[in-house]
Amino acid sequence: MFGKKRVAIVGAGVTLFRRNIKETGKELSYEAVKMALNTAGMELKDMQSVVMGSAPDAFDGVHMKGEYLADGAGAHCKPYTRVFVGGGTGVFTPLAGWWHVASGQFDTCLVVCEEKMSSCYPHPQFAFTTIFDPILERPVGMNLIWIFALEMNRYMHKHNLKKEDIALVSVKNKRNALDNPIAQLAAEITVEDVLKSEIMAWPVQRLDVSPTSDGAAALILASEDVAKEVTDNPVWIDGVGWCIDSTQWTNRDLYYPDYVEYAARMAYKMAGIRNPPKEIDVAEPYDPFDYKELHHIEGLLLCKKGEAPKLTREGVTQRDGDLPTCPSGGLLGCGNPIAAAGLMKVSEIFWQLRGEAGKRQVPCDPRTGVAQAWGDLMQYGSVIVLRR
Amino acid sequence: MSDVAIVGVGCVGFLPITPELSYKELMYETAVKAYEDAGINPRKDVDVFVTCAEDYLEGFSIFDEFVPDQLGAALRHLFTVSGDGMLGLATAYMLIKTGHFDTVVVEAHSKASDILTYMDIVQFGLDPIFNRPLGGHPYYVAGMEMNRYMHDTGTTPEQCAQVVVKNRKNAISNPYAAYGANVTTDQVLCSDACFFPLKKLEISKPADGCVVMVLASENITRKLTDNPVWVKGVGWCTETPNLETRDWSRAVYTEIAAEMAYKSAKISNPWKEIDFAEIHDLFAYKELQHMEALKFCNYGQAGKLVEDGITALDGEFPINPSGGLLGMGYGLEASGMQKLLEVVLQLRGEAGSRQIPEAEVGLAQTWRGIPTATGAVAILSNSE
Repeated sequence: MFGKKRVAIVGAGVTLFRRNIKETGKELSYEAVKMALNTAGMELKDMQSVVMGSAPDAFDGVHMKGEYLADGAGAHCKPYTRVFVGGGTGVFTPLAGWWHVASGQFDTCLVVCEEKMSSCYPHPQFAFTTIFDPILERPVGMNLIWIFALEMNRYMHKHNLKKEDIALVSVKNKRNALDNPIAQLAAEITVEDVLKSEIMAWPVQRLDVSPTSDGAAALILASEDVAKEVTDNPVWIDGVGWCIDSTQWTNRDLYYPDYVEYAARMAYKMAGIRNPPKEIDVAEPYDPFDYKELHHIEGLLLCKKGEAPKLTREGVTQRDGDLPTCPSGGLLGCGNPIAAAGLMKVSEIFWQLRGEAGKRQVPCDPRTGVAQAWGDLMQYGSVIVLRR
Repeated sequence: MSDVAIVGVGCVGFLPITPELSYKELMYETAVKAYEDAGINPRKDVDVFVTCAEDYLEGFSIFDEFVPDQLGAALRHLFTVSGDGMLGLATAYMLIKTGHFDTVVVEAHSKASDILTYMDIVQFGLDPIFNRPLGGHPYYVAGMEMNRYMHDTGTTPEQCAQVVVKNRKNAISNPYAAYGANVTTDQVLCSDACFFPLKKLEISKPADGCVVMVLASENITRKLTDNPVWVKGVGWCTETPNLETRDWSRAVYTEIAAEMAYKSAKISNPWKEIDFAEIHDLFAYKELQHMEALKFCNYGQAGKLVEDGITALDGEFPINPSGGLLGMGYGLEASGMQKLLEVVLQLRGEAGSRQIPEAEVGLAQTWRGIPTATGAVAILSNSE
């Protein structure tokens, strides 16, 4: 790493995740920023740059949503950039914060992710009708649940999986969320409940899916010098990775996310990780659907292709297992305010590595963690590796 | 920390309409030009791709999805900056400075002719609670700002009109410009006062086009080219989204961005140390306001410089030799890249009949248009 700068996370804040929160997007951003600054013991004037992550403008019906949110996010009269990679935005935004500091351009960077899905009335799913190719796909009238049903079906078929195998993820994550004060859909449910829930588009059922939510999250990033001044307990961003696959999602085999693997390889290489299952102690793979957690555990190279359901069945991915995944409760339990949900995952790894996760703390004394998000048309992977 | 240089550029457009090209074809053609210019293979030699786009202008909810293939970036490291192309340049600059990446491609484009309801989209940029319900064409914000600027500085309508005359004339000799013309001050002043005191001819017309740039670290730059253009400094800033609380006569966002860029480039006297500039002139008065924010002259003095011909192509300090946005056409999120393109061409000595002799240091400045107070500044040089 000679000549290259290390970047630390020194503070994090996450608001409640709920449907129809009264606060505006600006107010949610403000709350998350305030919490993050308080935990870092820093002030807004200490923040030299600001990065915003937020998913489609169509949720809010505001053109240039990044500009609109600027003052709530604390960017007044500061260098401010919004990055956007669909659902991958939440984990991507701290990567953007990383290069603000790792470049030597700034000593500190405030990373803010906000999502206000409830203003898209009657349902945010309508904003997703315009993510498809206007000539080839939109006339079919498809929505996200349909295409993920295709992907889930393909994954189940390829590895000969039963729905019971996949439902276990939903059971685990919703239970983990019982210990998370921000959680929207924490619950003690059974595999039976999942299998009996309403069918949305086979094989996707109601309890396979995370809800739509409002919420915000923020992180404080600092250079090595500043981090050592403000905390004895910094968490280092040691690897960053991202990758996009072709727009033509219909032309690839959906059973495995190559783009997540490529993003993970990029991050692991930077972090010097050669054997991910051994070296990663805790993981927050992206779980907007229960099968996606399995898909992403495999994409993150934490097990062989098709083996993630086995790990789940054997309890390896429980909090007290060898590879705890989504100890936060994930999107299935906490809710899915898209960009904010991704940053919540990074915040969870931050707290786990600092030993500050309270009732959610994994008992394995974790040193290295990974968070990942996924987005666009089953196309984008963003990965961050943290170490204490 | 490695220095950063621009080693390849490509441009298609700018044209009032481009019915022969889809946005994907537009991006593809431009990218191929830039890769040829840099002498690189995008499938092997590029570490990161950055595209700069806003969803509403593209007609998609997640435009990022539709970018990789035509840039050669499928299964590679690409992302979207929701902003002006110059923010993409700033991002590429930082990425290379981390020491982890050597070659970064930045893309921004405008397919303005595909947008049937441009003004409605701009309207959707206004605060949905406080400002949007007021209704009206959103460019009223520019009219009000121009009024305030002229009131506070004593700048005259004639001086603003002369910006149009100069820029559209410069555009005649720019093959990338859509709206080159010989217009007179009187013609400008007699055109409709669409948003009083802002006249019709003082408003840049949208145009289609795309610009792609290849940036590289010092080591790679030396291998690729003998004619690099070095990025000496970048700065960017968002003042505030609030119309109610912002400064209406000064471009505070540009003042702060310029300070940041000058500091990196170690420039203390911009007027002396910079040879020419490309400045955001979506509206004619903005060129003057931005000149002052860039400290080229004292507050309120920019109008006089234009009047005296000092900022003309053959003047002491040429501004917008490309023809600016008034002459090239407004390339939406690509407007920062239009500015950078001209500075690169001038510094390489490739600006044809509008070449500024012995140009060594150039400045590019951009603004994100109505209703933002966000801008960026970059300083480029052909010597290290």
